[in-house]
Amino acid sequence: MSALLDVENLRASYGRVPILMGVDFALAPGEYLGILGHNGMGKTTLMRTLMGHLPATAGTVRFAGTDVTRLPIHQRARLGMGLVPQGREIFATLSVRENLRMGLASAPKEDPRIIDDVLADFPRLVRLLDRRGGALSGGEQQLLALARCLCTRPKLVLLDEPTEGIQPSIIEEIIETLLALKKRWDLSMIIVEQNLDFITSLSDRVLGIQKGRITGEVSREDLLAGRFGMAAA
Amino acid sequence: MDLSLIIALDVVNGAASLFLLCLGLAIIFGMMKIINLAHGEFVMLGAYATVISANAGLNIWIAMLVVAPLFVGVVGLVIERCLIRFLYGRLVDSMLATWGLSLCLIGLVTTIFGNTINGVPTPLGGFQVGAYRSSWYTIFLLAMAVLMMALVYGVLRFTRFGLVARAVMLNPGMAATLGVNPAKIYMATFGIGAAITGLAGGLLAPVSGITPVMGTAFVAKCFITVVGGGAAIISGTLSAAGLFGFVNQLGAFFTTPVYGEVILFLSAILLIRLLPQGISGRFFKGTL
Repeated sequence: MSALLDVENLRASYGRVPILMGVDFALAPGEYLGILGHNGMGKTTLMRTLMGHLPATAGTVRFAGTDVTRLPIHQRARLGMGLVPQGREIFATLSVRENLRMGLASAPKEDPRIIDDVLADFPRLVRLLDRRGGALSGGEQQLLALARCLCTRPKLVLLDEPTEGIQPSIIEEIIETLLALKKRWDLSMIIVEQNLDFITSLSDRVLGIQKGRITGEVSREDLLAGRFGMAAA
Repeated sequence: MDLSLIIALDVVNGAASLFLLCLGLAIIFGMMKIINLAHGEFVMLGAYATVISANAGLNIWIAMLVVAPLFVGVVGLVIERCLIRFLYGRLVDSMLATWGLSLCLIGLVTTIFGNTINGVPTPLGGFQVGAYRSSWYTIFLLAMAVLMMALVYGVLRFTRFGLVARAVMLNPGMAATLGVNPAKIYMATFGIGAAITGLAGGLLAPVSGITPVMGTAFVAKCFITVVGGGAAIISGTLSAAGLFGFVNQLGAFFTTPVYGEVILFLSAILLIRLLPQGISGRFFKGTL
């Protein structure tokens, strides 16, 4: 089967500082791909460039057969790409329900059944629906950000450091939710993380990233032993 | 007793007119952080649209309630596409460009209609309060201010467009990530802001002298009201318009209209010094 996402020689920079130095990888439909790397190695930049928040200076990104390298953010979203950004970016003064409704913003008609459908996987959010997004705890916000992204009915979810600053009990809950989603939805995911446990329990395959390049696949044994990235470089 | 009623009416009317004048600007500034220095000229265009169509034989109510907002709304859309959309996120550039636009619009209208004072008669007549007279039109302006406030609140709070607009205002990048095209929302919002300003121009046409430079009298007052109100479009503008309208009218009553304006500006300076984020930055946080 052809790849859902195909990234070739992708380069991006902040101003004159190059961050991505030619990233290559492909993602199969239905695959959960982990990308592991330390701070400053270009993980978040990769996610932002894939979604279009940062222009690619070279290379191509193909999504479901379409070249999206030059498309604006909202068009990538409408094709089925979703990003759960680092820091979650919940609309703080909107209610939880309104945050979820924003996931339906690009649909021609707002269908509340989609929200109910998504909420079935996020029972913790149900009693919070009328609260302000900004009043939620970090973990609850992370669940909300994920649920909001799922309301757009994405084929691919880019998940950027979901465990950052979140209590361990909710990390467990996020892992369970994501595994449940994988079974029931036709969903692919790229997970960028520093948390080894999290990435090991979710990913079908883990790639290391260092200095803006993919350093190759990190084997399960290395992951379990806590060795990654550094040796491969 | 009669006198205090008339003064109260004057004060409320001052606040209502100020609110109507500022609402469009508050929407544009609040949503897009664009400082539209041509705001006064949007008012002027609304007034001219009203006067010209009314003098051409159109019903005055249609002229000010339909023609003025439609015409200025369309002008706003054209200006957004040709000028403003290149300036999002560039505060200083937007001020410079819209100032140029303001001069350009004044020049254009002067060339076409001449530097003369135009006007339309005030409809609705007046009523008697003891020894004093007031006009029904004052009451009508007050009703329009309340109506516009309810309308804008209702759209922002209860419609899908309002939700998307609030989300874009909070975080355009995240809204785009969810499939919203922020440029389209900005365009619509600018058009709506311009239309509301045009409506204000139309409504004030019967009670003001209409000249090509009339906008310059409004722009400063509107700005301090919007800045004094802070980020919240409705609660901010309402509270600032209420406060400044009150101060202005009361000052004008006890001294002269000129001193009334001076007192207004002084109180605005004081307010911004005490509340740099505006009234709504302190008291109505997170409201619309």
